[in-house]
Amino acid sequence: MLTGALIVVISFLYVGLLFAIASYGDKRADAGRSIIANPYIYTLSLAVYCTSWTFYGSVGRAATSGIGFLPIYLGPTLMAALWWYVLLKMVRISKAHRITSIADFIASRYGKSHLLGGLVTIIAVLGIVPYIALQLKAISASFSTILQYPNNLISAAPESLPFLQDNTFYVAMLLAVFTILFGTRHLDATERHEGLVAAIAFESIVKLVAFIAVGIFVTFGMFDGFDDLFIKAAAIPELNALLVQGGAAGNYTTWASLTVLSMLAIILLPRQFQVAVVENVNERHLNKAIWLFPLYLLAINIFVLPIALGGMMHFPAGTVDADTFVLTLPLSEGRTWLALLAFVGGLSASTGMVIVETIALSTMVCNDLVMPILLRLKALRLTERADLSNLLIGIRRAAIVFVLVLGYVYFYLAGEAYALVSIGLISFSAVAQFAPAMLGGLFWKGGTRLGALWGLSAGFIVWLYSLLLPSFAKSGWLPITFLTEGILGIDLLKPQQLLGLQGLDEITHCLFWSMLANIGLYVSVSLWRRPTATEHSQANLFVDVLRHVAEGSGSRFWRGSATVADLQTLLGRFIGPERANESFAAYARSQGINSVEQVTANAVLVHYVESQIAGAIGSASARDMVASVVVEEPLALEEVMTIIDEASQALAYSRQLEQKSRELEAATNELRTANQRLQELDRLKDDFISTVTHELRTPLTSIRAFSEILGDNPNLETEQRAKFLGIITRESERLTRLINQVLDLAKIESGAAEWHPSALDMREVIEDATTALSQIYKERGIQLTMTLPDGLPVVYADRDRIFQVVLNLLSNAANFCDKPESRVHVSVIAEETALRIQIADNGIGISATDQNIIFEKFRQVSDAIAGKPKGSGLGLAISREIVQHYKGRLWVVSTPGLGSTFSFTLPLPRSKMVFLGA
Amino acid sequence: MIRPTLKGQRLVALFLLGWLLFNYPVLSLFANDTRIWGIPLVYVYLFIAWAALIGAMAMIIEHRDQ
Repeated sequence: MLTGALIVVISFLYVGLLFAIASYGDKRADAGRSIIANPYIYTLSLAVYCTSWTFYGSVGRAATSGIGFLPIYLGPTLMAALWWYVLLKMVRISKAHRITSIADFIASRYGKSHLLGGLVTIIAVLGIVPYIALQLKAISASFSTILQYPNNLISAAPESLPFLQDNTFYVAMLLAVFTILFGTRHLDATERHEGLVAAIAFESIVKLVAFIAVGIFVTFGMFDGFDDLFIKAAAIPELNALLVQGGAAGNYTTWASLTVLSMLAIILLPRQFQVAVVENVNERHLNKAIWLFPLYLLAINIFVLPIALGGMMHFPAGTVDADTFVLTLPLSEGRTWLALLAFVGGLSASTGMVIVETIALSTMVCNDLVMPILLRLKALRLTERADLSNLLIGIRRAAIVFVLVLGYVYFYLAGEAYALVSIGLISFSAVAQFAPAMLGGLFWKGGTRLGALWGLSAGFIVWLYSLLLPSFAKSGWLPITFLTEGILGIDLLKPQQLLGLQGLDEITHCLFWSMLANIGLYVSVSLWRRPTATEHSQANLFVDVLRHVAEGSGSRFWRGSATVADLQTLLGRFIGPERANESFAAYARSQGINSVEQVTANAVLVHYVESQIAGAIGSASARDMVASVVVEEPLALEEVMTIIDEASQALAYSRQLEQKSRELEAATNELRTANQRLQELDRLKDDFISTVTHELRTPLTSIRAFSEILGDNPNLETEQRAKFLGIITRESERLTRLINQVLDLAKIESGAAEWHPSALDMREVIEDATTALSQIYKERGIQLTMTLPDGLPVVYADRDRIFQVVLNLLSNAANFCDKPESRVHVSVIAEETALRIQIADNGIGISATDQNIIFEKFRQVSDAIAGKPKGSGLGLAISREIVQHYKGRLWVVSTPGLGSTFSFTLPLPRSKMVFLGA
Repeated sequence: MIRPTLKGQRLVALFLLGWLLFNYPVLSLFANDTRIWGIPLVYVYLFIAWAALIGAMAMIIEHRDQ
């Protein structure tokens, strides 16, 4: 017979062993030689899924529903096949964003929302409370069973005892102390507990070994193997009924809904998230866990039905609670040590679950519920406190005690009305509410914060109303009429027959209505409005995490300024100054910088600090805290778009390059044309020089010839001599004129000519010019007429130059008029913006082709009638230069045989029109 | 680093197969009075299917090709 003292001593020794393992694990981790960094320890830590529900409860469940205990383990097996996509994504995201709990995960996915994080935390705490109660009940029941056997095998109602005399209360408090010692010794930014994981893995081995030992004892010790046991069981009609899976569709519905629930629970339970995601050392460990973990589940389930059947055959019906068969069967056969092993196995299953679950919940309560509120209470001036790490640890410890007290209260109020498994299923249904927000958030970019809030709230309320409150009613803590008649006596509101839905068990009923509300609202509210910029960027980071390298992503969408010292002090306040120093040193190393002093405060550092703080207080609060020291410049949506559109910027740049190269090409073409023009001009200059020299030679030749004649013949007749001298004089004059004109043209063209503009009366200029030429006109018998109106406007120009133009045009006209009745008419017409001077003759005219060339230098009308050219060939060219200098125009209109009209314009001064007195 | 490959898709296919094997109506085919070594058929079936599924998962994961 076991004494209470021995059992307590053994329990404490066992716990002491766990501590030793944990501290060894921590030491190895600090030394950088982790003992948990392999897929086997990872798999064993995942087996924290198997709690006293599995250890004691499965047998109890099997005793009432045969094989109905199995879906709880088939579901996780199926889910393991999907881990490759689902869990891998969760691990990657959590590592990249330092996510430390499921509340943090969901809050972060939907734009780092405090509200969502808080809601998830509340649902998790309330949902897990029954589950914790289950463990407390199992520990206290196993303790009293092993102590009092063979008496009191149906556990007494706890209400009969005040809580101070109830050993369950002490168990709860001991577990709280145990968990605090284990889980909150120091704060770590990543919230990883290597030692704890090592201890949990050890516990998983112990519970598996213990359960299989009992199973082998029952199957092969008490019976002759499986066949003997099953055949004997089949002989008993009530047991035989258990052995055949019921054919009714209702059973299959329950079966399917339990499979779905457990599939979701294996990734959504806070403790599973803790061990599978947060404590994951290397994502490659996931590989082996995918098939090793289901193998563990298979192993621990093989003997469930044999133990249940053995117990039912061994004990008369109703004398022993089937949940305790694992203990009572060895005890009844006098195998005390086996019973003790089973007790320790059960203790492992319970403590493992309670420790990890409360640590996970306390992280959530601290980071997503308490800290956001405390940080917002300005009166506490928390943002100014130098070191918050002690406060954080204090909050977590208080949260652990709080959760365990809640678990005890639930156990005290409602625990006795249910078997272990039924209590656990209430919790499974609660965490299943996270599924739409979580899985939707992983695979669907359209999910929004409001959608998640509405969906979660609705699912939670349905769960509360149709599952949690009825559990109180069944225990008598709420009037039972709440169940039988519905609230306010309305039939449609019966908690477990909502809207009259019948024929489903309570779990399936709750699952259907809560998921309908949850998924329905999540999807429809999400689709109601476009996601905000933050939601959109978070959705991209989460959904596409397998596609891009997660490290450092997100930090680009940030712009601001901060000092390194501020950031380090801030980090120190949450994780302690020494750890902050280490963390900064690690950052410096990772950036390839020698010392912390050389670190610059850029977006990468701010993102690093934010994720470190996120490990301690959650992503939403971390963002607020970092914002308090960082002067963050608001990033407008356009700027985000600009960053995103970098690709299109590059495109625009290349388009600019293209444009530039096109411009370059055009410039090259221009240059080529200019070059051609230059060559053309060069050729023209050569032509000009040869023409000029030719023109100069002609008069020089005749001057020389006549001079020689005069020199050679001194006794020439006086008359003859005078004639020759006259020729020489004329030719010299012609030569002088020619040289003057060439110089003139060169001056004008080079811009070196001097201009002396003055107010000009055109009438006077024309009268002077005609007077100068009147002798020539008279000699040739040309009739000169004029139309010079009064009151002509004044133009500003160089009088001598304009006089030269008029003279040139008049002498040209005279040169080309050799008909008997020649007439030249000069007229001045005042136009709107210019004065037009027109000189018309009725001479031989100019052909259309010649009209174009007569204004060029040395180009003269090759005159078949006149024989040889009469002018220098420069007059018109000079005249055109002069007119163009004054922005005027010189042109000719002519019909061969009928005469020509030369016209030129001189623009009037724009601002003032000065009229000469009439 | 795990890259989503053919393995992931094979595992998803296995998940679908498992769902099929572990649920109505396939499950109901085995829910009768037949016994194998005295053990009810459905019990034997579930554990064998379960073990086979785990075996297939292990093969997919541990198989090194490409």
